[in-house]
Amino acid sequence: MEAFLATPVGVLALTVAQAMALLVPLLIGVAYLTWAERKVLAAMQLRKGPNVVGPFGLLQPFADAIKMLMKETIIPAGASRVLFILAPMITFMLAMLAWAVIPVNDGWAIADINVGILYLFAISSLGVYGIIIAGWASNSKYAFLGALRSAAQMVSYEVSMGFVIVTVLLCVGSLNLTEIVRAQADMWFIIPLFPMFVIMFISALAETNRAPFDLPEGESELVAGFFVEYSSMSFALFFLGEYANMILMSALITILFLGGWYAPFDIAPFTWIPGPMWFVFKICFCLFVFIWVRATFPRYRYDQLMRLGWKVFLPFSLVWLVITAAALKLFGWLPGAV
Amino acid sequence: MSGSSAMASGGGPLAASADPAAFTGETNARRTIEVDSHHINFGPQHPAAHGVLRLILEMKGEVVERADPHIGLLHRGTEKLMEYKTYLQAMPYMDRLDYVSPMCMEHSWVLAVEKLLGIEDQVPERARWIRTMFAELTRIANHLLNITTYALDVGAITPSLWGFEQREHLIEFYEAVGGSHYHVNYFRAGGVHKDLPPGLEDRIATWAAQFPKFLDELEGLLTENRIFKQRTVDIGVMTAEQAMAWGFSGPCLRASGCAWDLRKSQPYEMYGQLDFEVPVGVHGDCYDRYLVRMQEMRQSLRIVHQCLERMKPGRVKVPDNKIAPPSRADMKRSMESLIHHFKLYTEGYHVPEGATYTVTEAPKGEFGVYMVADGTNRPYRVKIRAPGYAHLQAMEALSKGHMLADAVSIIGSLDIVFGEIDR
Repeated sequence: MEAFLATPVGVLALTVAQAMALLVPLLIGVAYLTWAERKVLAAMQLRKGPNVVGPFGLLQPFADAIKMLMKETIIPAGASRVLFILAPMITFMLAMLAWAVIPVNDGWAIADINVGILYLFAISSLGVYGIIIAGWASNSKYAFLGALRSAAQMVSYEVSMGFVIVTVLLCVGSLNLTEIVRAQADMWFIIPLFPMFVIMFISALAETNRAPFDLPEGESELVAGFFVEYSSMSFALFFLGEYANMILMSALITILFLGGWYAPFDIAPFTWIPGPMWFVFKICFCLFVFIWVRATFPRYRYDQLMRLGWKVFLPFSLVWLVITAAALKLFGWLPGAV
Repeated sequence: MSGSSAMASGGGPLAASADPAAFTGETNARRTIEVDSHHINFGPQHPAAHGVLRLILEMKGEVVERADPHIGLLHRGTEKLMEYKTYLQAMPYMDRLDYVSPMCMEHSWVLAVEKLLGIEDQVPERARWIRTMFAELTRIANHLLNITTYALDVGAITPSLWGFEQREHLIEFYEAVGGSHYHVNYFRAGGVHKDLPPGLEDRIATWAAQFPKFLDELEGLLTENRIFKQRTVDIGVMTAEQAMAWGFSGPCLRASGCAWDLRKSQPYEMYGQLDFEVPVGVHGDCYDRYLVRMQEMRQSLRIVHQCLERMKPGRVKVPDNKIAPPSRADMKRSMESLIHHFKLYTEGYHVPEGATYTVTEAPKGEFGVYMVADGTNRPYRVKIRAPGYAHLQAMEALSKGHMLADAVSIIGSLDIVFGEIDR
């Protein structure tokens, strides 16, 4: 067995198996996230939510998937056909790709690379391409406006998100995601870096185009924004990509601030639950807040969103970065500077 | 918007030089296509179009430069159709005008017919209390729908579902009296169709007792919500003078600081005897229009309480069988009653010659019926004054210079329903 795994074929087989072990639960998670969102929203809105297909509507995601597959793919006249088809693929692919570096448990990452956080940041930044291409290739005004909004929005929030990540990196001294979690064994970063956690969370909402920052698809203004012309499986890919991104962002928040796979307290009843379970719980918590926010808040206007990003979050996160750096240096807490 | 012209030719193969010189004396190897990317066709199939509004927006990027509302997509010729119906048969058309507040539409009609018949003073008191109460319940139902869908336009999805639960209760009261959820056709010239069914007054009282709590919860989601305020404060501002010049009425006018309410200024029905206040806004922006409606619901609730208290058992129709049908029981016993019933539901009643402009304070504003009677059983001419029509025409003045998203909140705040605008 060991010998086989050392051969190129063995390495490939192992990688594929690992990828499947991650992607299959992830896709099922995405499917059930759509179900959970509808159920949670329904509970908050005095409704029942899906309850017809299967017990508690549990088969609803599959019914939706089958419906999507059966629909006709409509490519609008005047659309750029290749790009039109390519855009949802890019979105979906990037949403899956990012998961390669996520450590679900100590050492459980498909690629435990030493620049994991940069990789993640880069991949999530690329996500905007799918949206811009979709908006442009649709040859529709609503889609185009949606794409423009999206581009501006993602750029403005990534900057402050970058500062948040830098702050965390200062405290850890490594770009490796596993190292970042290990550094939180004693104390989760949410405690010393709470303001940054808030900024990170709000930026994550903006980054994933979720309410109250769902401007690119802003239903009441742009009908459905950049995917207004999409149908069938190409629409489903956008949809899956969006939800996979939500889970990804929740995972990122969990890794950066909520101590990854660590139990909240290192005592008996908490330590019985294995690390990956904690990881999933924390992601679920973040996702619940994502949905909760959606049920509560109206949508920002485009210029207000930009103002929030550039005039509030950017200076604030910059100041906090400086404060954190100064504090680390002053008290000699800088990692590596023993 | 250079970017969007690139978008318009985004398909690639059709893109060509806009230079006309390149077009001279040539084959169709090159074609010039002019695409005016300044315009957005907003509706009639648009989630925020509130029915069938078609709005041609001239945009500069995200900023609205001109808004051109197109109406007529729901035109059904109501006014003309009414000329061919007896006064009673024309009633159901009123429900279908502003289908969000049907009973208030009926109210103007019955008051107009009563005035021409000269029976205003003979309408039994109980009927007038019932009509007043249902007019106010309708006002609440209308504002519930408006505020919550307005919130939906701004992006808050939860209020609409909360509001619909409450609205459903009101709609059930409609069903109890008129047998139908929306197009109730309950009011009659000379009273109402039937007395309230037993127990309905208690049901309304129970509902009214819990409603303030709901209003508090709804306000908790919206009134002090920072995002909601950012989206509505100082958006679509109308001064009192402008509002009057545009022909505004109802909450939209009052939000601009003009305390004009027909229930106070020329009390009809029982409003003269009721104790209520007229909420008035200050700035005339979208937020004030929201606040005024919110307060109006609380005032309407006060009126409903008072109506329930002061309502006494009694007749609900004028005793004159030339206008109001006799009871079922009478028809079984009395030949005369049977004839009355037959004549009333075939020929209808004749209304003496005359004309009236009768107006009520509908939830959306001043809803008037100008009716010309020529002495026959059918109106000679009916002209309906719909408040939403006047509000919609100000769309351009309100949204100029605002962003696309603001245009949506302005539409929401104006409380537009196309049934009454297109008629």
